[in-house]
Amino acid sequence: MALTNEHIKDRLIAKFGEQLTEWDEQFGLLTVKAPAEMNLKVMQFLYDDEELRFRFLTDLTGVHYPDRKDEELCVVYHLHNLVDNARFRLKVYVPEVKPDVFTATQLFKGANWMERETYDFFGFNFLGHPNLTRILNVDEMDYFPMRKQYTLEDPKRTDKDDEMFGRGGTIAAPVNQD
Amino acid sequence: MSEQHHIKLAEESLQKQTTTLNVGPTHPATHGVFQNIMEIDGERVLETTPTIGYIHRAFEKIAERRPYYQVTPLTDRLNYCSAPINNLGWHMTVEKLLGLTMPKRVDYLRVIIMELARIADHLVCNSVIGVDTGALTAFTYVFQYRERIYEIYEEVCGSRLTTNIGRFGGFERNFTDTAWAKLAEFMKLFPKALEEFENLLNRNRIFMDRTIGAGPLSREMALNYSVTGPNLRAAGIDYDVRVATPYSSYEDFKFNIPVGTTGDVYDRFLVRNAEMWESYNIIAQAIEKIQELDPTVYHADVPDFYLPEKKDVYTKMEALIYHFKIIMGEVNILPGEIYNAVEGANGELGYYLISDGGRSPYRLHFRRPCFIYYQVYPEIVKDGLLSDAIIALSSLNLIAGELDG
Repeated sequence: MALTNEHIKDRLIAKFGEQLTEWDEQFGLLTVKAPAEMNLKVMQFLYDDEELRFRFLTDLTGVHYPDRKDEELCVVYHLHNLVDNARFRLKVYVPEVKPDVFTATQLFKGANWMERETYDFFGFNFLGHPNLTRILNVDEMDYFPMRKQYTLEDPKRTDKDDEMFGRGGTIAAPVNQD
Repeated sequence: MSEQHHIKLAEESLQKQTTTLNVGPTHPATHGVFQNIMEIDGERVLETTPTIGYIHRAFEKIAERRPYYQVTPLTDRLNYCSAPINNLGWHMTVEKLLGLTMPKRVDYLRVIIMELARIADHLVCNSVIGVDTGALTAFTYVFQYRERIYEIYEEVCGSRLTTNIGRFGGFERNFTDTAWAKLAEFMKLFPKALEEFENLLNRNRIFMDRTIGAGPLSREMALNYSVTGPNLRAAGIDYDVRVATPYSSYEDFKFNIPVGTTGDVYDRFLVRNAEMWESYNIIAQAIEKIQELDPTVYHADVPDFYLPEKKDVYTKMEALIYHFKIIMGEVNILPGEIYNAVEGANGELGYYLISDGGRSPYRLHFRRPCFIYYQVYPEIVKDGLLSDAIIALSSLNLIAGELDG
């Protein structure tokens, strides 16, 4: 029997009830938001449950939403049940001032580098990670470049107006780098 | 010589301390810019610490400031051995977000290009395993076929390595007669060459002794480390995105998913070889299916998103308007969140795209298979010989561009 989104949702609600919010099913991919401190509990349940069996971590990444107050940073997990070929997306939000998320490395060893990359670019503090160091950027870097306040172009330049190409200055105010 | 206090040497070890060896960043064995710091005891590898990021180019950040069509050239530079798969995967992601459906002929043309790219990628990987084991001959036999594939790309899109092939909504132009002729010639000659290649290596005693048992990857470890693609299949898991979630009409084709058993270098080599035969069969089926379709169709009728042909831009008012709108990023992209994956030559190549309705992606993340499965490298070479570590590296098919993103 194929594992349907309704069934996954029912089982999760039976287990966690109201704690899971922001259910979404865009393009057929079931998505839910969990409280930050519950990310491991939810993933462990998805992993252990005999029917759900989400035992493959496809992807782990971060998103920065400067407009979401007190939950500016988001970790996105894409899980896959390879037996029933079902996918699932889990999100947890944490405040920018204290971006603490439990590491998924105990469950999935593959999360190790994915979390390092996410730390490297967004500054999440993955609690319990065996080696939370920068992976793609230089070690000396002292900011997290994928956050929206860091614009791509040099903010001091005045000769280049690319309002017409891609994003102009609308998404984030230039950082004062003095 | 170095003292590594956390490493306990075996009783029978002749040396009383370990040696630190730097493999890379530029080393003939790494085939790309990345470094491995190895602690070795004689010839036995005790510990490996990979360092990556030497060619990180911040594509995800750049993509947040580029209109959608300008992201395609960035994807070229991920796995540059099979750039068309990256390009077309990105196009299909955006098309899915926009809800566009492609005519069958576009799907089949894409399948032809993507399978050619897979063959080109696997050819490089497998012949280089031969080179790293000391068998240079096989490499020289098949490498001209990669050149032939590049010539087909050139006919279709004008470029060879970083292809920027296709557009949202189809191809930039129809396949020319020369392209079809080159494809037909490739289809005629390639089986012989691949057979010859297999004759040289598959049952070659020296090659087998060198590769069997080297760098083994168990299926449990492969799954736990999120390994995908030929490396996962060599470990015995028959997961292939083309079958699990078919895209671009892959469901119309009959093909097998080759799997291995032990996941060692030899298995990975055999799986890639078998995949080349499957890709060849898929292309043959696609060529046959295309005969029945209207040969003038090469893009969907979606003028809002499909960049019009240049000669129309110069002669037709409407085409000029659409051209201007698309180039200036005035395309109505709906807000949405999507994860779309294609089977890249190295595994599941995923695009996680969040659109807020703006000109460029709000967030774009590439799930780069290389980056994820390279973590397993220190585990599979542990306690093996240094020379096995070298061929394990080439059998994983690491592409520095995909590794560093």
